[in-house]
Amino acid sequence: MDILITGTVLGGTYALIALGLTLQYGVARIMNLANGENLVLACFCAFWLYTTASINPVIGIAIIAPAAFLLNWLIYVYAMKPLVDRAKNRGQLEVDSILATFGLMFIMQGVMLLVFGGSYFSYNFLSEPVRILGANYGLNRIVALGAAVVIAAGLYLFLYRTRYGTAIRAVSVSPSSASLVAINVPRASAFAFALGGALTAAGGALLSTFYTFNSSMGVIFTMKALIIVIMGGVGDVRGAVLAALLLGLAETAVASLIDPGLTLAATYTLFIIVLLIRPQGIFGRQTA
Amino acid sequence: MTGRALLSVETVRKAFGGLVAVNDVDFTVKQSELIGLIGPNGSGKTTMMNLISGALKPTSGTIRLDGEAISGLPAHKISQRGVARTFQLVRILPSLSAVENVIAGAVFGHIRAWGDDAYREAEVLLERVGLGGRGSAPTGSMTYIDQKRLELARALASNPRLLLLDEWLAGLNPSELKIGIELIRDLREDGRTIIMVEHVMDAIRSLCDRCVVMSSGVKIADGSVHDVLNQPEVVTAYLGADDA
Amino acid sequence: MTRFSEKEQRVAAFALLGFGAAAAIPLVDDGYYLSLSVNIAMYAVLCTAWTLFSGPTHYISLATAAFFGIGTYTVGLGIDSLPFPLLLAIAGIAAAILAGLVGVATLRLSGVYFVIFTLGLAELVRQVVTWLQTNFTTSVGLYVFTDMTEKHIFWMLLALAAIVYATGWLINRSRLGFAMRIIGNDETVARHVGIDVARSKVILFMVSGAFIGITGAILAPRFAYVEPPSAFNPVISFQVVIMALLGGTGRLWAPLLGVIPFTILFDRISSSFPNHTSLLIGVAFMAIVYFLPRGVIGLIEDLRKPRASKAGAVAQVPEAAE
Repeated sequence: MDILITGTVLGGTYALIALGLTLQYGVARIMNLANGENLVLACFCAFWLYTTASINPVIGIAIIAPAAFLLNWLIYVYAMKPLVDRAKNRGQLEVDSILATFGLMFIMQGVMLLVFGGSYFSYNFLSEPVRILGANYGLNRIVALGAAVVIAAGLYLFLYRTRYGTAIRAVSVSPSSASLVAINVPRASAFAFALGGALTAAGGALLSTFYTFNSSMGVIFTMKALIIVIMGGVGDVRGAVLAALLLGLAETAVASLIDPGLTLAATYTLFIIVLLIRPQGIFGRQTA
Repeated sequence: MTGRALLSVETVRKAFGGLVAVNDVDFTVKQSELIGLIGPNGSGKTTMMNLISGALKPTSGTIRLDGEAISGLPAHKISQRGVARTFQLVRILPSLSAVENVIAGAVFGHIRAWGDDAYREAEVLLERVGLGGRGSAPTGSMTYIDQKRLELARALASNPRLLLLDEWLAGLNPSELKIGIELIRDLREDGRTIIMVEHVMDAIRSLCDRCVVMSSGVKIADGSVHDVLNQPEVVTAYLGADDA
Repeated sequence: MTRFSEKEQRVAAFALLGFGAAAAIPLVDDGYYLSLSVNIAMYAVLCTAWTLFSGPTHYISLATAAFFGIGTYTVGLGIDSLPFPLLLAIAGIAAAILAGLVGVATLRLSGVYFVIFTLGLAELVRQVVTWLQTNFTTSVGLYVFTDMTEKHIFWMLLALAAIVYATGWLINRSRLGFAMRIIGNDETVARHVGIDVARSKVILFMVSGAFIGITGAILAPRFAYVEPPSAFNPVISFQVVIMALLGGTGRLWAPLLGVIPFTILFDRISSSFPNHTSLLIGVAFMAIVYFLPRGVIGLIEDLRKPRASKAGAVAQVPEAAE
C-alpha cells in the first residue's frame, strides 16, 4: 500500500512533466531535450521565491508558469521555428530539433551551474507527516499530487472542451490538414510549445517541495519524460498520464522491493518492453 | 503457356480502422498471364498491390505465390521470392547513377548478382527499356518517361516471377504511351506474369488477357477484357447509374 | 566496383603518409603534446567508428559512452588474469553484443526512439555495473596497473584507426555499403529490392560498437583506477557527436576535421574555465545545427561547387555541337 501511494504521488508529478513534453512533441513536433532544464529552472525559482519572499510554491506557480510560458514561446519563435521552416520532412525536423534542444539543454545547464553551483538544494514546505491508511506521508507530497491532478484536469478540459483546445489536438494529428481548415498552425505550435513549457515548470515547482534538486539533474527527468511520452503514445494526453503513473509505481516498487540503485534499469526495462510489443504506445495510432 | 496459378489472392481484407479498403477479394493469376487490375479511383487497387508486394499486411485472408503463403511476410522477403514492382509515383534512387539503380534490383533478390557481371546485365536491361548507353547519366535530371523506364529496368533486374506495374503508363503523352505499351507487350511475349493497375483503357484493351475490376474495395468483375468492360456493374462503377 | 580507381590510390598514398607522420609524434615529444595527440587519436577513432554507422543511417547514436565503458571495464576486470590482446578482442565482442541488442530493439523504429534510448544507455549500464560491483564484489573501482605508457596507447590507437578506415572502405565497396546507400535514398525501395533494412542497420551498429569498445579497452591503462562514473562518462557520447557532426559525416575522413579543432578547444576551455564546459558543448551543438548542418565538409563541398558546374558546362558544349 505504501508503494501504491508513494508511487502514485511520484507518478503524478511525472505526469505533469510528461504532459508538457507531450504538447511540445505531439503538437509542435519538437522533441525538446531541454525540457528537464525547464523543470530544474522552475525548481530554483520556486526555491528562491519561497526562501526570499516566503511565497507558497503552489501559489508561486501563478508566477512561474506564465514566466515559463513566455520563455518557451520565445524559444520556439526564435530557435525552433527556423528549423521547422527549414526541414524538408518530419524526420529531418526531429533530428534537427533534438540536436538544437540538446544544445539548449547544455547552455541552460551551464548557466545554472555557474549561477547556482553544483550542490543540492531543498527547502521545507509542508513537510509535516500526514497519516493515510496506516502510514505516514509528507503533506507536501499529497499537496503536490493534488495540485498536479487539478492542473492535469484543467489541461484535459482545455484540450477536449474548448475550441482552441480542439484546434491544438487537430494540429497534433495532422498539421497540413489542420491548416486546410483555417487553423493557424505556426501560432498553434508556438502556443502548444509554450504551454508545454509552462506545464513542466509547474511540475518543477511542485517537485521542489519534496525533492532535493541540483543543477545537473535535468537530463534524468528529460529522459523519463521522453520514455513516458513514447510509452503513452505520442500526442495523447491520457496515455501520458497513464504511463506516468505506471512509471512512478514501477520505480517505487523496484526501489522498495529490489534496490534503489536500479530505478533507471526498471524504467528502461519498461521502455524496452513497450518498444518491442507496442511501439506506438498505449494509446498511439497504429501506422499500417 | 501453362495454366498453373502463380498468384492466388484468397479472401483478402485490409481495414484501416473503420475504413475497409479491400473487402474479401479473391482472384488468381496464372503463370504468364497479363492481368489488368482496374476500377475507379479509391477502389482499393493500389492497396491490393501493396498487399501483394508486402508494403502492407492483410487484416485477414491469404496471398499465395506458387502455393507458398506470402501474406504477412515483410516486403524484402517477398521480393526475394521473386516479386518486383514499380510505384505509382516513380521512385528512383537519386544519388545513384542509372546503371547502379538497375543493379540495385538485382543484388539482393534471388539472383544476387555483383561485380562486373551485374554491370553487364544492367547495361543489357537499360538497352531493353530504351535507355541504352545512358548508364552513367545523373538520374535526377531524367525526364519522367525515362525515370519510369529506369524503374522498370530495376524491377526486371531481379528476373521476377511476378511483376507488379502500378499505373506505369500514367502521365505519358500519346507517343510515349505507344512506346510504353510496346514495351509491356514485349515483356508479355517473354512469358512474364504481370499484374497491371491502369486507368488507360486502350492499354488494358490491347494488352490484357483478363481483367479484375474493383470498386469500393470489392471485386465486381473478373473475366476477359471484352466481357468485363461491357458488364453493367462495371459501367455503373465508372460512369454512374444513368449510363448503364 | 571491383577496380582500384585512381582516386582511391591517391587517397591510400595520402593516408600512408599521414599515418607515418603521426606515428613519429611519440619520438618527438613526451609530455603535453603526446598526451594531446592521444586524445586526438582516441576521438578520431571514436568519431570515425561512430560515423561508420551514423553517417549512412542518419541515426544519432549517444551510446558511445556505454560501449567505451564496457571496453574499459573488460580490461579492468581481466588485466590480472588474461593477456591484453585477448582482452581487446573480448571488449570488442561484448560491445558488439550490446549494440546488437540495442539495435534489434530500436532500429526497426524511427530515429527519434533510437536517440532517446541511447541517451540513457550509458547511465543504465553504469547503474547496473555499480549495482553489480557493490553487491557482488568488495569495491566499486578496479585498479589497472600495466607497463604501458602513453606511447604504447598512442600507437595502438593509430593501428586501430587504420583498421577502422580500412573496414569503412571495405564496407563501402561491399553489398552492405551498397545497401546502405539505397536505404539512404529510399527505404521503401530498399525493402522492395530485397534488402533487410533492419538487419543491415544492426550489423553496421555492431561493427561500430565493437570498435568503440576496443577503444575503451585500449584507454583503460591510462585511467589507472577505473570506476563507473569515469568509465561510463556520458560526456564522451556528446563530444563524439559534436566532433563528428562538426567535421561532417559525408566522408569517412570528414570527422577528423571536427576532431582536431574541437579536442584542442575543449582541452583549453576545461583547463582555463572548468565550469564553462557545459556551455561550450551547448554552443557547439547549436552552432552545428544552425550554421553547419552538414559539417565543415559540407562547407567545403559548397565552396567547390561553382568550379565543378563550370567544368560540367564546358564538357557539355562539344556534345551539343555534334
